[in-house]
Amino acid sequence: MINLSLTQMAQGLASGEFSSSELTQAFLDRIQKYNTHLNAFITVTPEAALEQAKAADQLLASQQAGALTGIPLAHKDIFCTQGIKTSCASKMLDNFIAPYSATVVEKLAAAGMVHLGKTNLDEFAMGSSNESSFYGAVKNPWDAQAVPGGSSGGSAAAVAARLTPAATGTDTGGSIRQPAAFCGITGIKPTYGRVSRWGMIAFASSLDQGGPMARSAEDCALLLKEMAGFDTRDSTSMQRSVPDYPAQLNEPLQGLKLGLPKEYFGDDLNPEIAARLQDAIKELEKLGAQVKEVSLPLTRLAIPAYYVIAPAEASSNLSRFDGVRYGHRCDDPRDLEDLYKRSRSEGFGAEVKRRILVGTYALSEGFYDAYYRKAQQLRRLITEDFQKTFNEVDLLVAPTTPSPAFDLGSKTNDPVQMYLEDIYTLGVNLAGLPAMSVPAGQVSGRPLGMQLIGSHFDEGRLLNVAHQFQQATDHHLQTPELDA
Amino acid sequence: MTLEAEDLHKVAHLARLTLDPQVIDDYSQAIGNILELVDEMQAIDTQGVLPMAHPMDATQRLRSDEVTEEVDRDQLQNQAPATEQGLYLVPRVVE
Amino acid sequence: MQWEAVIGLEVHVQLATESKIFSGASTRFGAEPNSQACVIDLGMPGVLPVLNEKAVEMAVMFGLAVNSEIPQRSTFERKNYFYPDLPKGYQTSQMEEPIVGPGYLDIPVGESESKRIRIHHAHLEEDAGKSLHEDFHGMTGVDLNRAGTPLLEIVSEPDMNSAKEAVAYLRGIHSIVTYLGISDGNMAEGSLRCDANVSVRPKGQEKLGTRCEIKNVNSFRFVEKAINHEIERQIELIEDGGRVVQETRLYDPDEDETRSMRTKEEANDYRYFPCPDLLPVELDEAYIQHLKEGLPELPEQKRERFTSQLGLSEYDAQVLSASRPLADYFDRVAELSGDAKLAANWVTGEFSAQLNRENLDIAQAPLAPEQLAGLLKRLLDETINGKAAKQVFAALWAGEGHTADDIIEAKGLKQVTDTGAIEAIIDEVLANNQPQVDQYKAAEPDKRGKMIGFFVGQVMKASKGTANPQAVNQLLKDKLDQA
Repeated sequence: MINLSLTQMAQGLASGEFSSSELTQAFLDRIQKYNTHLNAFITVTPEAALEQAKAADQLLASQQAGALTGIPLAHKDIFCTQGIKTSCASKMLDNFIAPYSATVVEKLAAAGMVHLGKTNLDEFAMGSSNESSFYGAVKNPWDAQAVPGGSSGGSAAAVAARLTPAATGTDTGGSIRQPAAFCGITGIKPTYGRVSRWGMIAFASSLDQGGPMARSAEDCALLLKEMAGFDTRDSTSMQRSVPDYPAQLNEPLQGLKLGLPKEYFGDDLNPEIAARLQDAIKELEKLGAQVKEVSLPLTRLAIPAYYVIAPAEASSNLSRFDGVRYGHRCDDPRDLEDLYKRSRSEGFGAEVKRRILVGTYALSEGFYDAYYRKAQQLRRLITEDFQKTFNEVDLLVAPTTPSPAFDLGSKTNDPVQMYLEDIYTLGVNLAGLPAMSVPAGQVSGRPLGMQLIGSHFDEGRLLNVAHQFQQATDHHLQTPELDA
Repeated sequence: MTLEAEDLHKVAHLARLTLDPQVIDDYSQAIGNILELVDEMQAIDTQGVLPMAHPMDATQRLRSDEVTEEVDRDQLQNQAPATEQGLYLVPRVVE
Repeated sequence: MQWEAVIGLEVHVQLATESKIFSGASTRFGAEPNSQACVIDLGMPGVLPVLNEKAVEMAVMFGLAVNSEIPQRSTFERKNYFYPDLPKGYQTSQMEEPIVGPGYLDIPVGESESKRIRIHHAHLEEDAGKSLHEDFHGMTGVDLNRAGTPLLEIVSEPDMNSAKEAVAYLRGIHSIVTYLGISDGNMAEGSLRCDANVSVRPKGQEKLGTRCEIKNVNSFRFVEKAINHEIERQIELIEDGGRVVQETRLYDPDEDETRSMRTKEEANDYRYFPCPDLLPVELDEAYIQHLKEGLPELPEQKRERFTSQLGLSEYDAQVLSASRPLADYFDRVAELSGDAKLAANWVTGEFSAQLNRENLDIAQAPLAPEQLAGLLKRLLDETINGKAAKQVFAALWAGEGHTADDIIEAKGLKQVTDTGAIEAIIDEVLANNQPQVDQYKAAEPDKRGKMIGFFVGQVMKASKGTANPQAVNQLLKDKLDQA
């Protein structure tokens, strides 16, 4: 039951082979059994989940079920959930219960999905390893020594370990794609503005985008169809209708033009990953796609541009955490300055503070032009480079990460080393493009991902290509052996 | 490259963060390294390039002027560390 | 040495929208603390702003009314600083591309001259909450109801040279925003607030002196006093060999002085940057044209029409056009009565005096323009005389009848113009006052003019004020002189 695809689960539920309550219980049991080790969940809500499952079973019995009714999922603990703690993996919000739900949470609930709980992440989504969580690091289900990636590491690990069939994630600089790659699952970061950001705690508002994480492109297509769409509460949400992604999955790839950006296949890339990707590209060619080399000359510059823009926006977005209206407040503040400084210094972890400081510095008087303005200009140049390649090819194929999951603790003392690992994912966020990571094999028992990058609003084609690839390969069906 | 302690303190104050003395050096070093990475941008000539604040070339949608939000003050203030008579309490603000 | 003051004003106008600039919470004034601060106004995690179309419309209307350029595109920035009444730790405001570009306002100076004050720009932003410093065990209480109320900040060039000019400019802004209906302009409730930048320099010097910003001068009277005080302070300081320090000062109306706010030594560094949650606002030509066509007649245009078309004096036109409700009231009375000058006399005279006596707003006047016009009509067609008109006015004001005609009827105030009837009263009066008649007759002709007043008074009294005074006068003269 736990290894079924979402479509198969829906069939099983519809045929009465099993109930949503049974399905939900099966995943709750696995969470109970494995979460202590994996630490993928911050909050589990078994009673509420079983109640929702019961309601779903009634809908199923009365033939009113949709494609996802009764199927469990988990939300990254960055999405506000009314009545359930939303911590963003920070001490700052350890006691925070949102009085509203994120649009994404509402939409998936309206689709009848059963909510199992909230998954772990890097604090305020700032990280690529899930080690900055106030609730401790998440372990990679494939290798307890390895990080699961971040920031949506809890979601990725939970899906990979079959603690949930699907989860939500957010991606500001690779936070869906990189953990998906490290944990051997499929995840898609949609076009900026495709999925509402209402109720999704902001890290860097012009880069953040929510998306689904699951075991296959087909599952992601089903989920994205429900998550996406215009939201009047989000000014940056785009007024465009949502295509029927699942219906596009089976289109043939004949004549599809794929571009390989040469800067993504340079010396930074682990040779074994390069080899696995060559295999994957061959598969795509077999399916009828044509491959050509393209160039994104500013690829490396996406790192500094991103590490100015994201911290700058974050420094402002995180100013609201001041110990006055909600969240952590220090004991016995002497005066207002003390209230602010101690509440914030106690409430935020080291990486969050580092980024707030960098962002504050980049925006401060005398440095704005050299840092922030410069980064915004580079952002335009990087975006234009992507647009040029999409005049030549339909999609880009690239590695998701330069190397497989690194060891826990190996990069925590050197933020720059950690940032450099994001080289292949950041440009996509700067340009607001849709991109996904698809399992493409393993290196020494650690999974790796193939990244597909599309032009704006081309999610349907990304999912189509990924699905065709997954029909021809079985990387996405590999399952880790778990230690209880 | 390290960030001068004086600059670090100034920035920390703007951000309302206190830095423990024993971590100042770490922060100076780490932030200095980040700034060094960031300085790679200066190699590219961006003169005349319009800064890009949003990834999508879209314009602001306007909301009609209607009261749509209901306020359940008690529920909202359940989240607050200190309130009295419906007010949020902070240490005395001196003007 | 001769000194010249240089003054620029930043006027914050609360826009009269129903809901806030970025949220659907109510903007009503005076509600229970924090009962109108929704999750967006409170800056809860994950909430997002959406711009109120009415705030945009009102800002553009203002821009059009002060001859400003309206840029096709405008953007929002975040101004970052920590303060308890600022829930998000930043104020969403505009800097690089404000909604209203350069414009100007002509203000009256002296008897009939005017001076052009340039407006640098006006921008939209959100208001902050309020800190209440009453004692909560040594704590400050924060009410965020006001947080997110739309503000239009109107920034002038430093084109004013006296406190009087500053007040005239502020009155001009006040009357424009109330004319447009984009603000109630209530300074006591903070709907219109003003910061003044003041500096002094030796007369004739080009270079500007160091300026001080005086915060929160929130009445016309205080603006004048605060600026005058600050000018004097700066001149004294310089003449005593001191130097003006650029700083923010707070006006204390009780002591009539400005005081340094002694902000922390740190210079503010607001780290403005484009707000990533809001996209650029784009306004097309058709939209602006549409608003332009819908603009009401503005004070200046009204004043012009009142003098050139209605023949009012410069003074009456100025008084009547200063506030839109008064101008509208007058316009209506003038139209219905058919005599603008008479309408102006009554609206600026009896009517305004009565409002002042009872401390009423024009909206609270118990007398509708239709009622006043009805009264004036009877005066014009000589149904009543001026004295009776005042009685009718008082009765209408007191609600003793609905129309002037009702009251004239009920009180028998109809003017008597029938000579026969008046003659009968005159005869009676003369008969009852023989000694005075004799005196009159004995008097020199040039003294008689004064003495006749007594008889007029007696006749009017006997007619209960209804006799036509001109007729009485003539008939009395005829009778006394011939007899």
